[in-house]
Amino acid sequence: MMMVLSMAGLLAGPPTEEVNTTGLAVTDDTVTVGQLHSATGTMAISETGSIQAEQLAIDQINAMGGVLGRQIEVIKEDGASDWPTFAEKAKKLLVSDKVGTVFGCWTSASRKAVLPVFEKENGMLYYPTFYEGLEQSKNVIYTGQEATQQIIAGLDWIAEEKDAKTFYLIGSDYIWPRTSNKIARKHIENVLGGKVVGEEYYALGHTQFGSLINKIKLKKPDVIYAIVVGGSNVSFYKQLKAAGITSEKQTLLTISVTEDEVLGIGGENLVGFYSAMKYFQSLDNENNKAFVAAFKEKYGEDAVIGDVTQAAYLGPWLWKAAVEKAGSFDIDKIAEVSPDIELTTAPEGYVKIHPNHHLWSKLRIGQWGEDGQAEVLYESELIEPDPFPEGYQ
Amino acid sequence: MPLFLKTLFKTRGEAIGFIAFLVLVLVIFPLAMPVFRLNLVGKYLSFGFVAIGLVLLWGRCGVLSLGQGVFFGLGGYCMAMFLKLEASDPESTSIQSTPGIPDFMDWNQLTALPWFWEPFKSLPFTILAIFVVPAVVAFIIGWAMFRRKVGGVYFAIITQALALIMSLGIDGNQGYTGGRNGITDLRTLLGWDIRTEDAQYTLYFLCVVLLALTALAAKYIINTRLGRVLVAVRDQEDRVRFSGYDVAIVRTSVFAFAAVLSGIGGAMFVLQVGFMSPSIIGIVPSIEMVIFTAVGGRLSVMGAIIGCLIVNWGKTAFSEAYPDAWLYLMGGTFISVVMFFPNGIAGLAEKFPRIRSLIPASVTERIKGMATKKTTKTVSDGQ
Repeated sequence: MMMVLSMAGLLAGPPTEEVNTTGLAVTDDTVTVGQLHSATGTMAISETGSIQAEQLAIDQINAMGGVLGRQIEVIKEDGASDWPTFAEKAKKLLVSDKVGTVFGCWTSASRKAVLPVFEKENGMLYYPTFYEGLEQSKNVIYTGQEATQQIIAGLDWIAEEKDAKTFYLIGSDYIWPRTSNKIARKHIENVLGGKVVGEEYYALGHTQFGSLINKIKLKKPDVIYAIVVGGSNVSFYKQLKAAGITSEKQTLLTISVTEDEVLGIGGENLVGFYSAMKYFQSLDNENNKAFVAAFKEKYGEDAVIGDVTQAAYLGPWLWKAAVEKAGSFDIDKIAEVSPDIELTTAPEGYVKIHPNHHLWSKLRIGQWGEDGQAEVLYESELIEPDPFPEGYQ
Repeated sequence: MPLFLKTLFKTRGEAIGFIAFLVLVLVIFPLAMPVFRLNLVGKYLSFGFVAIGLVLLWGRCGVLSLGQGVFFGLGGYCMAMFLKLEASDPESTSIQSTPGIPDFMDWNQLTALPWFWEPFKSLPFTILAIFVVPAVVAFIIGWAMFRRKVGGVYFAIITQALALIMSLGIDGNQGYTGGRNGITDLRTLLGWDIRTEDAQYTLYFLCVVLLALTALAAKYIINTRLGRVLVAVRDQEDRVRFSGYDVAIVRTSVFAFAAVLSGIGGAMFVLQVGFMSPSIIGIVPSIEMVIFTAVGGRLSVMGAIIGCLIVNWGKTAFSEAYPDAWLYLMGGTFISVVMFFPNGIAGLAEKFPRIRSLIPASVTERIKGMATKKTTKTVSDGQ
């Protein structure tokens, strides 16, 4: 009997003292991880999808027997859309709870706030949002795209498809749109031989785009390249439509609108405009069909899945793969083995971790329809992540 | 008691309360808590400086400011600029296009350090700036307002606008300020790593000692003639003016003094938390600062500090225990305090005399005075 039990123990997973040499919250049958997003405050509406996707992945992994025979338990913390709170909660998860890893953050500001904590306390963060790049850390796996992955292929496509020469760059005024437009401008001017006829930034939450629309009408750019975020998005697209700037006359490409944003903006205000993302809910492959079905089963038929939600879903799977490859929960070992880990089951298709801790991924161009879903018109090859692009600084 | 002590503590109970507080923060907390929790207490206490300023400004002098976050931010940003420059030596920023400047400047295509950052390479200048910048800003604004007899609700609205302007200004000039992300990844102070456990203990004790000295200074002001003039300005402005006092200069000075205290709090916050961001200085945090002063008792120095500890601890504890519902719990707590204990926790002492000895009692005196005076209609409750 004893032997059977210990055999069962062996089958369940290797002994704790072997897989956990640094005192993380790992027992013989559980491993505790942290989840750190904004459940309250202005960012809650954006981060909810990520919270749900991570939870779904964790449930699925647990149903398959967990990680190294251990069930995943989650400690949820609320960053409350407040950056010092993010830092405080990150420290709590790493220092007091000794979590094996953290899935979390959404805005760059929150990631910048927790990054020193993760580096100092040697934790691991799986970060889901597409972002501006210019960062690389041993303690972070970036499951969203960095700026060049999202921008360059999209501009190439639109330049060729629409024979576009002139571009009008618009953004909300913070680091991500500014860095992204910097890369876009260099690519347009130096590679595509086009011209940037305008570049403007508006404070976050800005809602009056009248003067911008007049300038657009005056300059008549071939392409509006928009990186407007949050609440501003709703006003921006409604006012464009009201001013008669619709997809029939004007090409617009954005890298800040996913299915989640379309819920707020309304599909009818976006019809025919393009988004450049690595993932759309409408992607036609078996992985994605299973993912969308599971997501809707858990969170309701009306749930929508945007790019970041899918990237958040990858986090627990990539961590599981790394732990199993390393045969250990130790952060240093996970960081070491993470490069070259592949996921063939990702809803977006195939991804692989680059030595710089970002993912190799494809870029897709989706054209928005009335129903708030995008039709995927183009798919690039796998693009190498390059967070510090030479020639684009 | 010697005369000097009598000026600080009106009653024996008050002195005991103060000593009990010192024992709590200097002995019990450090012994009972792991350094992570102690560091959090240090963070809460850095808001205690703001609360003490609000006791003088709002509780005593009747001027409600909804913009104390601005001065907290000025002090904090001064400190953060110094620390950021130290963290941005050419060696550790060699990956940038322009090594040697803070990383966010490089991301925003700045190629040289802006002129107003230059002096923050010096620690003495930085410390001076932490005091002087908030004082000067508050003095200019205060003087412009109070000389024109702008007060009450109008002053509160203007300070709120100030908080909005400040956070928008920082957001919109990200090349110079770090924008929405703030100034992050601060590491060392003159080569001393502020992120280690030892450093966090040291900074905690520094914060507590500074806060205790500030509390004594505030108590001293309250119990001297100046303190009585403040109350007089609050309750009977016209009579004070007729007696030959310049009400505007009294209000301006106390506003500037409260601003300096907020600035010190901001600097202590940055040292202990390791970064500064506009999210700590806008309208919402500024109102939060007023809330925890109100919860503790806006008339009492020690009450406000305790309020600050309790509210911030509540934020942490509720949000850890109920990440989805904690905001409702906090809101419920504030509403109950305002409904049942309008004079805050310090005011409890009046309701339940038995615990009076536990709580610093200057307020009880004060409230008693107010209660008896109520019939003669002198009490205007701040606003």
